[in-house]
Amino acid sequence: MEAFDYLAPHSLLEAYAALGNGRRSLMLAGGTDVIVQLREDRRHCDQLIDLKHIPEMMSMKLTPEGRLEIGAAKPLAEIYEDGEIARRFPALIDSATIIGGTAIQSRASFGGNLCNASPAADSAPALMALAARLVIGSSRGTREMPVEEFFLGPGRNALQPDELLLQVIVPAQPAHSGAFYHRFIPRNEMDIAVASAGARITLDAAGERIESVRVALGAVAATPLMVAGANTAVVGKPPTAETFALAGQAAAELATPITDMRGSIAQRKHLASVLTVRALEGALLRLRENH
Amino acid sequence: MARTQVQSRINGVDTDFLCEPRQSVLEVLRDELGLTGSKEGCNNGNCGACSVLLNGRVVNSCCVLGVELEGAELTTIEGIGNPDKLHPLQQAFLEEAALQCGICTPGFIVSAKALLDAEPHPDEHRVRFWLAGNLCRCTGYDKIVRAVLKAADQMPEKV
Repeated sequence: MEAFDYLAPHSLLEAYAALGNGRRSLMLAGGTDVIVQLREDRRHCDQLIDLKHIPEMMSMKLTPEGRLEIGAAKPLAEIYEDGEIARRFPALIDSATIIGGTAIQSRASFGGNLCNASPAADSAPALMALAARLVIGSSRGTREMPVEEFFLGPGRNALQPDELLLQVIVPAQPAHSGAFYHRFIPRNEMDIAVASAGARITLDAAGERIESVRVALGAVAATPLMVAGANTAVVGKPPTAETFALAGQAAAELATPITDMRGSIAQRKHLASVLTVRALEGALLRLRENH
Repeated sequence: MARTQVQSRINGVDTDFLCEPRQSVLEVLRDELGLTGSKEGCNNGNCGACSVLLNGRVVNSCCVLGVELEGAELTTIEGIGNPDKLHPLQQAFLEEAALQCGICTPGFIVSAKALLDAEPHPDEHRVRFWLAGNLCRCTGYDKIVRAVLKAADQMPEKV
């Protein structure tokens, strides 16, 4: 591994100052991606900035309105072990509990998983389905964006060189809604998605018609993919298998996968449809269980 | 390259060491401190042979930097049981023949200890899910899972 300096700022101001010192920087949260990438010469830096001593980066707060604010470097295990968060945001837990294994989850964070910007990142479709937003900071101030706008391509995100991802914000979820995330892998655990899908479904008060769905896919395009066409295809219809099949069709049509060691184009297009249907079924089941 | 002084607590002993920022905890343990119980398998976070407990949580020591140990508490396989008094997990691994070549064993014991510390009575599914990040190419896992369940049965509530 090439040599680098290690910095451990204790405040955002210190971190922004380090980012502005003209040297090539990489951020260290859980390190489960970046340390391996440095070791394998896939990324390079003059200084590695450890974000875990900055209180904002490690915080987690559930507001009285039901909005969840997660510091970008907060380890996944500390998120999914919180019973109240697991109860309110089960789709978040669907993803947090399958990113790597136990030892990875002790360290890895949603912020790191997003910034790494893998098209197969398990956190992305789940957070997109939940309509999560990202808070980005720099010495110039802060800005927010929907999580689906954060990904520019494999390994590339929307951060400017002087910016840090500070927080993942999951808004209070709508009444009469449920959400679900899952992926297809050839083994039972500890793998990278061949394809994945997250979905949130919101019904009308009577529980008979779909008000909206949010469907997001992983590993079937250069970035995690929001399937706007799924909502168009099902809005106003009853939540039935026939309706969900329309959303699945929209997902398969939007997917532009590649063939690689994990799967082929045809398999991934098929999976986009099947996983979308089943994610909607899972989301509907959770909605029903809550009423 | 300048070496940094790090103050940590390893297996209950205050431990100061010098390391370069690019050295992993695994490298520090094996190359600087002579603690060679933690094994290097994949060196990229997939195999779990280097599992250690960092502030009580299981982590892959190949994916943590030595400089991150400042102020931290670390438990390695050397801190679990001793030749005169094996930890119940170690005893159960022997009785159930849960190892063959042995390279993965320290990682399995460390990871399983973290499980039993957090959940004293896991079921088989839970054990398999928890240990999914520890790879073994010899045993086929069944013997390991049996050993962990046996140790859970035999352990006092808190060891």
